[in-house]
Amino acid sequence: MNEKNGITVKDKKSWFRRNGPVLSTTGPISVWMLVFVLIPMLYIIFISFMTRDVYGGIVYDFTLDNYKEIIQPLYLKVIWKSLKLAFITTVICLLLGYPLAYYIAGKPSKTAAKLIMLVMIPYWTNSLVRLYSVNLLGATNGPINNILMDIGLISEPLDMLYSDGIVVIGLLTAMLPFSVLPLYASIEKLDKSLLEASRDLGARPHITFLKVTIPLTMPGIVGCVLLVFIPSLGMYYVPEALGGGKVMLIGSLVRNQFLVTKNWPFGASLAILLVLMTLAMVWIYTRVSKMDDLEVF
Amino acid sequence: MAAKIKKRRKRLKIGGTLFAFLVYAFIYTPIAVMVVFSFNDQRINYYWKGFTFKWYEKLFTDSDLLSYLWLSLFIAVLATVISVIIGTIGALGLMRFEFMLKKVVNTSLYIPVVIPEVVMGLSLLMLYESVNMPLGVTAILLAHVTFCIPFVVIIMRGRLAGMDKSVEEASMDLGANRLTTFFKITLPMLIPGIMSSAFMSFTLSIDDVIISNFVSGPTSTTLPVKILSMVKVGLTPDINALATIMVMVLLLGIILNSVFQALMKKRASINIKTYF
Repeated sequence: MNEKNGITVKDKKSWFRRNGPVLSTTGPISVWMLVFVLIPMLYIIFISFMTRDVYGGIVYDFTLDNYKEIIQPLYLKVIWKSLKLAFITTVICLLLGYPLAYYIAGKPSKTAAKLIMLVMIPYWTNSLVRLYSVNLLGATNGPINNILMDIGLISEPLDMLYSDGIVVIGLLTAMLPFSVLPLYASIEKLDKSLLEASRDLGARPHITFLKVTIPLTMPGIVGCVLLVFIPSLGMYYVPEALGGGKVMLIGSLVRNQFLVTKNWPFGASLAILLVLMTLAMVWIYTRVSKMDDLEVF
Repeated sequence: MAAKIKKRRKRLKIGGTLFAFLVYAFIYTPIAVMVVFSFNDQRINYYWKGFTFKWYEKLFTDSDLLSYLWLSLFIAVLATVISVIIGTIGALGLMRFEFMLKKVVNTSLYIPVVIPEVVMGLSLLMLYESVNMPLGVTAILLAHVTFCIPFVVIIMRGRLAGMDKSVEEASMDLGANRLTTFFKITLPMLIPGIMSSAFMSFTLSIDDVIISNFVSGPTSTTLPVKILSMVKVGLTPDINALATIMVMVLLLGIILNSVFQALMKKRASINIKTYF
């Protein structure tokens, strides 16, 4: 990797003296990011236009077939379902996370810090073990069914596993902590005097909420959507652990192209599709928040 | 009228507490199940049979889980150290200096944060395969450093933005060179940021499933990837025991961290008092 970015070295000593601080601080990070992030990303784009040979290798022939293959109803269905489940998860995260964040923001700062910590602790337990617990809870002979049958609410065990519903619950257990943080950050910043002003001017509470609170906390809401929606799309282990392979989402589809069927070009084109969806979300985020939070880089 | 509002406020408050409690209950139920079943005297965890420590015993006597845990810890510690060093110095450089590729580097720093992890994983897999690098410990380590660096940079930028630059300038004016200034002035001021980015990197690395799954070799795997391979056939309670221990250790870490931060604050305030 040539980190001198093409600058011709004329006088070696003075060049080093001039650029020493810049090179020593930004050199390692630049090289690392270029080699491990930028080049692989460009390589995916490149591969997505290549052809796969019968043995799973890559033939360097330009083609658009990988993208055409995505339009097959089978794959469109998977993409649609992924978007649907990610959307449902995001909405529930907002419905649960927003009131919780609002509640926490209303507490004195020390209590609030503790309550936020309480939200984050589960994130530090192995996510797969947590998912497996969800799996156990929902099993046909699991605790929930046992309790419901014992108290006579149901006579037949409910078939909860391997359904879209339990996949959403799994995604929620993985994602909910992340949704609370950005929401809390923006609600906490909210100037309470504006709410009072709205009330003094005669607005009813729900009007104040819709016209003042929600617009002012929009960056947090969109941040939450970003943090939940994008990972939900690519999170292949949740449907695998809870859906028993019956619920196929785009993340699993991409993974399978690479680790199972070895169709790299097609997998790459699916990955590009995922990235495009992500970029669309980020674009919306920067439009809405207008704070260029992500552009501070 | 006032009484009515008061009553309504009280109702809202109770409703809020109840709601918060329910959300917390939802978040904590899987963890409660995990802890409870780690003490359950039965292999298949559907019923509560009786209290036992045998899974903890099994974990420490005959189970290969610990070897996966050690590998995970080894990778997490190394990844933390490398990413904190590169990220901290890099954040400093990216903030203070202008150079040709700055925009490109900034963009590539933001890619791992926003794109789905599965894309990140497969891009690294493709990179390794194209240069014929064997998958395994080194591959996982490099991958972890890659996704930790951006988070370190984010945290350090936040810290650097709030830092008083004049202190550094004063140090240079008083005759210290750049390196001395960095080690004697800048670095001590960055310690809290370094601590939190180290904590962040460590937790990201130790719990990573998706990216590690792509780049781990057939023989060397981290604990989460191992658990992923077992989850389809069903986890044994010794994994519950291990996860319980891990969350306890992390809780202890959080408590120690907050104590440490409080001590630092106290020391800082004493220092200021002695100066003025």
